[in-house]
Amino acid sequence: MKKLLLGDEAVALGAINAGLSGVYAYPGTPSTEITEYIQNHPLAKERGVHSRWCTNEKTAMEAALGMSYAGKRALVCMKHVGMNVCADAFVNSAITGVKGGLIVLAADDPSMHSSQNEQDSRFYAKFALVPCLEPSNQQEAYDMMAYGFDLSEKLGEPIVLRVVTRLAHSRAAVEVTEPKAEKLLSPSTDQWVLLPGIARKKYVALLGKQDAMKQASAESPYNKVETSASKTGILTCGIAYNYVKEALGNDANLVKISQYPLPEEKIKALAANCDDLLVIEDGQPVVEELVKGLLGAGYPVKGRLTGDLPRTGELNPDNVAKALGKATGAVFAPAKNMAARPPQLCQGCGHRDVYAALNQVLADYPEHRVFGDIGCYTLGALPPFQSLSSCVDMGASITMAKGAADAGLFPAVAIIGDSTFTHSGMTGLLDAVNDKSNITVIISDNLTTGMTGGQDSAGTNKYEAICLGLGVEPEHVRVVVPLPKNMPEITRVIREEIEYKGVSVIIPRRECIQTFARHARAKKQ
Amino acid sequence: MKKDIILCGVGGQGILSIATIIGEAATKAGLYLKQAEVHGMSQRGGDVQSNLRLSTEPIWSDLIGEAGADLIISMEPMEAMRYLAYLSRDGKIVTSSKPFVNIPNYPDEEALQKELDTLPSIKLDIETVAKDCGNPRGANMVLLGMAAPIIGILSVENLREAIATVFSRKGEQVVEANLKAFDAGVQAGSK
Repeated sequence: MKKLLLGDEAVALGAINAGLSGVYAYPGTPSTEITEYIQNHPLAKERGVHSRWCTNEKTAMEAALGMSYAGKRALVCMKHVGMNVCADAFVNSAITGVKGGLIVLAADDPSMHSSQNEQDSRFYAKFALVPCLEPSNQQEAYDMMAYGFDLSEKLGEPIVLRVVTRLAHSRAAVEVTEPKAEKLLSPSTDQWVLLPGIARKKYVALLGKQDAMKQASAESPYNKVETSASKTGILTCGIAYNYVKEALGNDANLVKISQYPLPEEKIKALAANCDDLLVIEDGQPVVEELVKGLLGAGYPVKGRLTGDLPRTGELNPDNVAKALGKATGAVFAPAKNMAARPPQLCQGCGHRDVYAALNQVLADYPEHRVFGDIGCYTLGALPPFQSLSSCVDMGASITMAKGAADAGLFPAVAIIGDSTFTHSGMTGLLDAVNDKSNITVIISDNLTTGMTGGQDSAGTNKYEAICLGLGVEPEHVRVVVPLPKNMPEITRVIREEIEYKGVSVIIPRRECIQTFARHARAKKQ
Repeated sequence: MKKDIILCGVGGQGILSIATIIGEAATKAGLYLKQAEVHGMSQRGGDVQSNLRLSTEPIWSDLIGEAGADLIISMEPMEAMRYLAYLSRDGKIVTSSKPFVNIPNYPDEEALQKELDTLPSIKLDIETVAKDCGNPRGANMVLLGMAAPIIGILSVENLREAIATVFSRKGEQVVEANLKAFDAGVQAGSK
């Protein structure tokens, strides 16, 4: 049966039908729809497949590893930068090995449509010495779930599955197979205690599996060879294959790479038949660098590092066609009457009232800095508010404000959303409390994970208790309702807490207007 | 035969509903389809677009290349022109004529309309048409109706059926209201 699915949905359904027992994830564009699809899928519900959102990617990775330990199939999903958050658990999961199949899905975002960098998750797979699968289309994304779980169990290692935005968020028809049963509970009897003496042995064992991983790549149905008379060989990875096919049709000498470690023999054979190689990969020049080592310094390898393709940003049919020497047709001149239309906070959003109040108070403190964080409220950096001095990574608002305050900066204000606070802000707040840092933390609580579309937030109804538990003084945990009519009260509270020499937390709390409208509609029906 | 379409507008204007309907119709008609969209931050009052590719043959790229689009369907006149580089020289723009002004530096509206008139385009005040047929939230269906006779690879009737299927879970009334808006768009577009 064929079904029209987003790349993310193909991953989700592929996992369910491969006998998935649990998905563990924190929302992050472009990976969010995977977990949402599993949460709403009838069979996953009937089977009781775990799908509740996790507090962050590290808790997700560890819980999935626990499920794998118990013998069942688990999936961890995150956007690429989530790999940084779970890296400790992920890298060590290659050392422990796995029991039930474990797939770590990283959704990369070349061109940074909704991200802070364009790091390439294939590096993580190589770093941890585990295989990586990179589907080129929605069908492969679906098929690779069952394939990946089998491979994971066969090798006893986690598998990275890398998708990019244009696959995650593109729809196509997918041939769907019959669902398989879940694995039964059968906990591992292997040694998983990574004391140094044991870890050394397990690391050697992991290195011992590298040949089997290479063999799997060599035999993989997803690493394909196509031949033509052309003297330029093409190495193309994941969705880049589609852009090559769009430009050249069947007239290409190529190796399509969708499983790593690299299929070295196929690449060497291609190189031997050609004068040079052009590497076309979305993201960073991972393969380009590896292939230079594989073929030696004398062999000409072209790609992003040589300027044949742009060094930054995602691939598209145009930059790939250009690299292949194909001209585009004549285009219309750009429109004269045009202006950028950046995203903005919704009209009526509570974050707007928070920024209005904050800007009003901080106008009296010219030396102030506001350290921002990741979420809808990052848009407070743009006009009309222009309130933020930084936004770096999940949770960095509190810790950067603390460091700046340690250096003597005053007032040092942090603004962080409710979900980001539980994701990675709590530990930093504890540091600030222990140091009695002179910072004002605003937890702008809209009762949801807003930017990714309104998923449950792990700490809802617990924020005051968390702050008190971490040691913030009760008289400096203040709750306000961000509405224009409350402006006098909100500005008074902000002013008082800035003037307090120590850690204070202000929690402006009002539901996200998008989830509010959705809840109202649901009630009506 | 193939048809490459760029759907565009401002986040929240309902372009994804149009994409869903064309997707449903294409699937029913047995066509190959790829539809790429951008989710996430860009939804909120910013520019949004979706690449929709329909073909009787298998499709490779999820994205449409420069000068590749047969059609730009836009909920907003300036947004229609944002993607001009992607419009084929033989392509056509179908757009709402009414600006959505949520930025301080929106271009001069008269100059914008004049520039649009120099391009192969048809435009219509779809919001007024939607209101006039009693479905003020159906402007996107009016727009789809305007584009329907030009899409070619799908018939007007294919699209009507898809509207009925997509909205069926919301009840008969919603289906009727959307079909009425769609038909008004077909009428207005063929004038």
